[in-house]
Amino acid sequence: MIAHDERRVIETPFHSRVQAACALNEWEEWKGYTTVTAFTDVALEYFAIRNSCGIFDLTPMIKYRITGPDAGAYLSRLVTRNISKQSSGQVMYCCWCNDAGQVLDDGTLFKFDDNTYRICSQERHMDWFGASAMGFNVQIEDETDQVAALAFQGPTSCAVLKQMGFQDIENLKPYRFTSFPFDGQELMISRTGFTGDLGYELWCDPEQAETLWDALMEAGRNYGIRPFGAAALGMARIEAGFIQAGVDFMPALDVVRSERCRSPYEIGLGWLVHLKKPNFNGRKALIAEKEKGSRYRFVKLIVEGNKPAEHAFVYNRRNQAIGTVTTAGWSPTTKSNLAFASLEMPWGLEDDELFVEIYYIRELKWTRVMERCHVVKDAFFDPERRHATPAWDF
Amino acid sequence: MKRYDAIVIGAGHNGLTNAAYLAKAGLDVLVVERNPYIGGATVSRELHEGWLYSNCSYVCSLLRPEITRDLELPRHGLQVVPYGGGVTFMENGDYFASFEDHEAQLREIARHSVRDANAYERYHTDVTKQTRLIRPFLLRTPPDPTSFKPRDIKELLFLAKAFYHLGEETLNDTFRFWTMSIGDYLNEYFETDVLKAALAGSGIIGTALGVYSPGSAYVLLHHYMGDVDGTVGAWGFARGGMGAVSGALAKAFQSYGGEIKVAAEVSRIVVKNGRTTGVALANGDEYHSDIVVSNLDPRRTFTVIMDESDLPADIVTKAKNFKIRGSSGKLNIALDGLPTFTGLDPNSRLMIGDMHFSDSLENMERAYDDWKNGTWSKKPYLDMVIPTQTDPTMAPPGKHMMSVFVQYAPPKLATGEWTDADRDAFGKTVLDTIGNHSPDFKDLILHVEVRTPQDIENEVGLTEGNIFQGELTFDQLLFNRPFPGYAQYRGPVQGLYLCGSGTHPGGGVMSAPGANAAREIFLDLKRDNLVPEAYADD
Ligand SMILES: Cc1cc2nc3c(=O)[nH]c(=O)nc-3n(C[C@H](O)[C@H](O)[C@H](O)COP(=O)(O)OP(=O)(O)OC[C@H]3O[C@@H](n4cnc5c(N)ncnc54)[C@H](O)[C@@H]3O)c2cc1C
Repeated sequence: MIAHDERRVIETPFHSRVQAACALNEWEEWKGYTTVTAFTDVALEYFAIRNSCGIFDLTPMIKYRITGPDAGAYLSRLVTRNISKQSSGQVMYCCWCNDAGQVLDDGTLFKFDDNTYRICSQERHMDWFGASAMGFNVQIEDETDQVAALAFQGPTSCAVLKQMGFQDIENLKPYRFTSFPFDGQELMISRTGFTGDLGYELWCDPEQAETLWDALMEAGRNYGIRPFGAAALGMARIEAGFIQAGVDFMPALDVVRSERCRSPYEIGLGWLVHLKKPNFNGRKALIAEKEKGSRYRFVKLIVEGNKPAEHAFVYNRRNQAIGTVTTAGWSPTTKSNLAFASLEMPWGLEDDELFVEIYYIRELKWTRVMERCHVVKDAFFDPERRHATPAWDF
Repeated sequence: MKRYDAIVIGAGHNGLTNAAYLAKAGLDVLVVERNPYIGGATVSRELHEGWLYSNCSYVCSLLRPEITRDLELPRHGLQVVPYGGGVTFMENGDYFASFEDHEAQLREIARHSVRDANAYERYHTDVTKQTRLIRPFLLRTPPDPTSFKPRDIKELLFLAKAFYHLGEETLNDTFRFWTMSIGDYLNEYFETDVLKAALAGSGIIGTALGVYSPGSAYVLLHHYMGDVDGTVGAWGFARGGMGAVSGALAKAFQSYGGEIKVAAEVSRIVVKNGRTTGVALANGDEYHSDIVVSNLDPRRTFTVIMDESDLPADIVTKAKNFKIRGSSGKLNIALDGLPTFTGLDPNSRLMIGDMHFSDSLENMERAYDDWKNGTWSKKPYLDMVIPTQTDPTMAPPGKHMMSVFVQYAPPKLATGEWTDADRDAFGKTVLDTIGNHSPDFKDLILHVEVRTPQDIENEVGLTEGNIFQGELTFDQLLFNRPFPGYAQYRGPVQGLYLCGSGTHPGGGVMSAPGANAAREIFLDLKRDNLVPEAYADD
């Protein structure tokens, strides 16, 4: 019998260290865990990501281990992307849909070997994964609380890992992972992250969590290391152009108003859909959508002015509301005002004349402005150091 | 004798709601109630000095917030305090906790099965879709699908639109949901016995269906579609017991000039030339009115207080065939202190929620078998609360009142009518069930009120003691409630209306049938409608 725990949120294996570092005492809940919004100063934390390096407790990220002789075939059926070329030690960004071709979530798929994978996501999917596994010889295990994870991101992150003695880490390519002996056990390091910068994610046994945190902080002392919270991460992920489940789209499983779901094409993930793949969940519906056209378009916007366009309506030239902003914020690196938005078709082509309606309050006075905004194609910020191998020292 | 604009028979909460709206519109309204107290099954009574019992209904969720606000019930003394969560004790000494909070709930389910914890999200979404479908219809009159009146066509379109918005897949689920069993439904999601048992309780409370009987899934929905302060599915305690609901309704009614006579049993609805002219009381008094509204269940209305010769034959047949089967009993207990439960921290917030002792569908189905065999369940499903942990008004400080709803108990035993000895044995079964999980419980008992379905029928007038005034199965829901062709609150003779739980949207302390009937009366009187529309739920 497992003991009862009536607490609403529980602590991650890094909690002792995180708490000691959380000078602002500013917390939030993430998938049932106590996590930090901001440790010391959001601007300092953000610039640690973009200028030196920062660590972020990633443990609440949902993690499933998928094993068995049919693991590859099963996953190929599950996700929309063609993963047949995925090699051991490679990570692939994927999304998966229900039978109606509506996105359940996006996430990263780690291949250890032909029979062993890990899938990381924002939402819980054991139920759907289990239902999709019928007829496949696979085991699916929720390992969320069995794996402690840190995101270690920023220009000096590789230098710090070298400092810690992880040999040849600079030659690890983006979307690859490898393992090192650490503290008598194994530490897995992947060159992945949610910041769009040079960076890594570190995966270890919860028992080692505190040792790992201490070792990183020690090694990073002269490299500007700083723990960062969800607020700073949020700023970085907009610049990188990464969408988030529950924020930029509703996971189909949580949707009670049927028309609020989105297909991959409708959230900018069409590039993850390979209709030529013989069979995968949602394929039939997605083929039909491809023929018939989508209902929505997801766009990245640069908004004029400096007021964040959070939850703003988007209008066309004829003043018709044609969509809403899902995420918005000021980008300290590009010095511009960014937004993601979900627009009704056919709006959102690159030269469309669009406006966002922004409300802001100054000393209890509300003001409304209509700002022109511009659709952009690529990530707002995509530094060369993110892609360079061997990785740079800063 | 005095002439009224309208007479409402029965001071149940629906009768009072109906009367309050009619009086608010300026009509001269009389409510006549058989018992020496008001409330019907929505009542608080002092049967042991210093203790107030919610004798029948005991928790509140379905009560329409639009009506609470419109009739100013808070100003008239109503306060509903949500209690959140609950616990199901298991035979192996463990327990399963239910939390309002999603994350806490998932962690608790994952203790038993990670797979089920994940499936719970899907379950939650799917059930929410169904509650969203039904909630807008609670304060609407069901359309008559065979009529071609513009209003019925409009309402049918509204219905069709709501269905259309569900999307194909959900629509298919809906048709299944309304007809399938709660056991089958839960088996499609979960593998853990105790989780299924904890959820299935809402599918059998008050109904003569088992967890595997088709139709019990809808009963679950009926218990999920209410809310407390916007939290759909949440339940709460009325401060001062459920009598506070009927008390506040009565005060609202009186504030509009309405008049209530208690200890005034109606023996006949008087009908002349196909129209009602008033009521005759058992004591010989008569009151006149062109409008007579019955708060009684359809069976009782048409077969007990009406003359068959005043009614079309088909109505009498339909009333006799109306499914209204008693299946529930109730114990109300005065306690000298707060009992403790094996394995549960006495300070746990779960103590404040609802408590249960059935840990598998199998046990629940067996409990139903006992009912079919004409006896009370030997391992009954209990829905038990101790509201005095949060309510300071119902027992002296440090003392407690416990309300125990019991599923199943038949209206009549295989051996014949209930005897005092049967009632004692029934009560003992329930007390033993609780005692098995609470070592100090029995020593704390000061007084017990044991109510069999027969007692409930005798005291409240609910036929067979059926708590909903008629089964909540699809053949008796929406435009079929109480009978096809009579779902718009109008009786078969002119001036006669029904406003009790036997009409749409059914049983529970909801006030919707009473309010909906008032809307129809306003329509017939060509008066402005005062009954509010449901809050938009998008
Ligand atoms: C044991 C039990 C537990 C319940 N628990 C809950 C709960 O926790 N939550 C919930 O929401 N619902 C609960 N219910 C259901 C709910 O209480 C009822 O559905 C609801 O109260 C019925 O209200 P009503 O106004 O439609 O009818 P009633 O309350 O039945 O009112 C009818 C009234 O008519 C009177 N009457 C009968 N015959 C005559 C006559 N000849 N002349 C004059 N008056 C007459 C009766 O005395 C009564 O006052 C419970 C019911 C029972 C029995």
